[in-house]
Amino acid sequence: MEKIIYTDIAVIGAGPTGIVAAYNLARLGYKVSLFEKEESLGGNILKTYKLFPNFQSSNELLQLFGEMIVVNNLSLQTGVTVTNIRKDNNHWISTTNKGETIVSKAVLMATGFKPFDAHYKEEYGYGIYNGVITSLEFEKMLKCGEIYGSNGITPEKIAILNCVGSRDAKVGNNYCSRVCCINAVKFGIEIKEILPKAEVYCFYMDLRMTGQFYEELYRKSQQEYGVNYIRGKISEASQTADNRIQLKAEDTLLRLPIKMTVDLLILMIGIEASESTKELSAQTGIMGEYGFAKSHSLLKADNHTIHPGLFIAGTCKRPFTYPETVADARAAVVEIQHYLENKT
Amino acid sequence: MKNFGFKISASRQLDMDTIQSDLYEKLIQLEPTAKRCLMCGACAATCTAAEINGFNFRYCHLLMKRGILDNLAKELSKCMLCGKCYMVCPREINTRSIILKMKALMTETTPKHYSL
Amino acid sequence: MERKFWKNYQKDIPDNNYYYERSCIRQSFFPGSETTFLRIVGDVLGKQIEDDQNLHTCTGIGYHADVVPFETTQTIIARLFSLMSEKGYRNFVPSCVTSFGLLNEVVETWKHFPEELQQTRDFLKQATGREFEIPEYITHPCDIIYKFRKELKEKMRFQIVNQKTGEPLRVVEHIGCHYSKVFPQAVIGSAEFPQVLAGMVEEWGGQVIDYPERRHCCGFGFRHYLIMANRGYSIANSRKKFESMEPYHPDFIVTNCPGCTMFLDRWQYTIKEMEGKTYDKQGNGIPVLTYEEMTGLLLGFNPWDLGLQLHQISAEPLLDKIGIPYDKEQKYLGKSGKIIDFKGF
Ligand code: SF4
Ligand code: SF4
Ligand code: SF4
Repeated sequence: MEKIIYTDIAVIGAGPTGIVAAYNLARLGYKVSLFEKEESLGGNILKTYKLFPNFQSSNELLQLFGEMIVVNNLSLQTGVTVTNIRKDNNHWISTTNKGETIVSKAVLMATGFKPFDAHYKEEYGYGIYNGVITSLEFEKMLKCGEIYGSNGITPEKIAILNCVGSRDAKVGNNYCSRVCCINAVKFGIEIKEILPKAEVYCFYMDLRMTGQFYEELYRKSQQEYGVNYIRGKISEASQTADNRIQLKAEDTLLRLPIKMTVDLLILMIGIEASESTKELSAQTGIMGEYGFAKSHSLLKADNHTIHPGLFIAGTCKRPFTYPETVADARAAVVEIQHYLENKT
Repeated sequence: MKNFGFKISASRQLDMDTIQSDLYEKLIQLEPTAKRCLMCGACAATCTAAEINGFNFRYCHLLMKRGILDNLAKELSKCMLCGKCYMVCPREINTRSIILKMKALMTETTPKHYSL
Repeated sequence: MERKFWKNYQKDIPDNNYYYERSCIRQSFFPGSETTFLRIVGDVLGKQIEDDQNLHTCTGIGYHADVVPFETTQTIIARLFSLMSEKGYRNFVPSCVTSFGLLNEVVETWKHFPEELQQTRDFLKQATGREFEIPEYITHPCDIIYKFRKELKEKMRFQIVNQKTGEPLRVVEHIGCHYSKVFPQAVIGSAEFPQVLAGMVEEWGGQVIDYPERRHCCGFGFRHYLIMANRGYSIANSRKKFESMEPYHPDFIVTNCPGCTMFLDRWQYTIKEMEGKTYDKQGNGIPVLTYEEMTGLLLGFNPWDLGLQLHQISAEPLLDKIGIPYDKEQKYLGKSGKIIDFKGF
């Protein structure tokens, strides 16, 4: 039987953006329905161990999210995908894969990002060689507190490669993903803390230390932890006869081609528009470049879309770091409040 | 061995698995600020000697880091130790100390190249 | 933006009516291979294939060595096409990978610059009175063998297996740059994951070795080989590959390119003479086969009809491993019925 829910605001996606926005809207007294397609809330934070630059544990944040969603006026449904949104006069009608219809005054898309699929960078042999893993798989190792290389043993040498799936016309993404440089620095330190004897080499095209304390962390990783940085993009990874990983790159500052054998290669995969982001932006005609949702005006109305009442926030728009996405969620709350009170 | 009129070209590729790193390990113990060099090149840009004799502190530092020591002692002798590089380095690297220590380390290993 | 995923690169391979262009250098390097291909496609698979005696160079080596200008190349290739059109074929099958790369380059140029096509038509008409049609398909012979690898398997007498141990043989596959890198999208699996030779080897019981320098150039080059002073570059590249494959103990190397077969074979001998080094345990060298020779051997063709006696690295140890019979006495038996005497060489 079809179920209809009436609410003020439908928030799609219960990652950091959706949770922070829903929580604040609810505290302002609006009725909020929050939908998450996965069984648990937290979005991509669930896949991480600690967050840069201050090594805050992801679990702590998840715990905080759990406390936030018990606020009055907020109803959360997990395991429910919003498959369609459309405007009907002054209302927005969202439908879910569970056959529900949500009638709301406004919709906030907080559908987030998906990690780049490293199989597309075929020259690195991801999915073929054991010793080549993604940054998210490395987060899993960190969660378990155990780092192992291609032969299942403790690695002596680890390479980290930046910009995998970002800044790369070959995979169709010319943009920078913003988070991976500093995440690589964080990894270097985390590796050295667990394996002080391991040699760590981070291969980069440019190091983009854009946030507060990022540069300091980079410096610390060199000075106190002895992490090595080589300016040059790895062109190819292959497996050696003893199952290690052989890399080719140029040390561009030395102007020589180099070869290196490592036990583990960590690919810093970038940020792409999630499937829901692409699907819902396509339906509503707000899809921008690379499948991200496009705001009405980057400088003047960055949470608005071309449709009054349809708002967007967080990494469904473009790559953001955690503090940025949360700030954007709060900004969206203000815009939605103005809209509902006819102030815009 | 036969001579076919040509030789097998040597590879220019640097094998990072077999580079000689012991001198650099000693260097960063003697002068730990070397570890945080960004390779930005401000030192080489401002260097008085660079304009005259092509000395490049950044590059010499990198050569030792990568174990390419063949001409290093000779190169290092081009520095005038004026200290201008230290004035511009964004990472407060003790450049002259590094040069002196590199020289000393090179003297230990290759005295015949070494001259001041 | 478009996303390039090499594994998705596939191509249409026509299934009959081929117009075969022999290769200038293959006929002198590995003269048995082309005849073997014609036998496989004509006799074994029962397909229509034309071996036109009137064909001529595509200018490939001259073009890549900068001695033939592109206009000339286009016109000469146009003449090849006109011979094909005359015989009523639409599927051009060049034996040489450099020809394959160059024909694709010319046809692609004509797509983007119709004025070049018009100029070529004019040149050909003025010089020879001929007209031509652009082929519907330019297919390399190895694509055709790859396409019919399952059918061929049913007719094979041998597998790429060590007859004593029953273990698959370890095979290094190497494809030519001009086959796979000029137009990577014209290659099954592209240049980085080329399936064409690997697909044959795996289908016929062998095991492909994935060694680190698998994708490195064989070292042929053009100027690099043609000028003696530059040969050091060429041989250094081959050596890099041998060093990288050595720990995997390959039983043989298979390639689809005249230059790759030639240099991976001959440079092993040269390195042995210059440095005393061989890359197999027995000191024989690693045998290098063309894909036609490999296919012919497995089908049970007489090894000496395939031209294996013209290889620098002797193939007999490989034949013994697979269990392919051969007559030692007949190795240098010429078509005239006389044993060819090498004393004068
Ligand atoms: S943040 Fe750094 S690693 Fe990530 S895409 Fe940008 S430059 Fe590359
Ligand atoms: S101390 Fe040496 S390297 Fe530094 S500026 Fe003076 S001459 Fe140049
Ligand atoms: S100025 Fe300082 S940080 Fe920059 S290259 Fe020179 S020593 Fe290194």
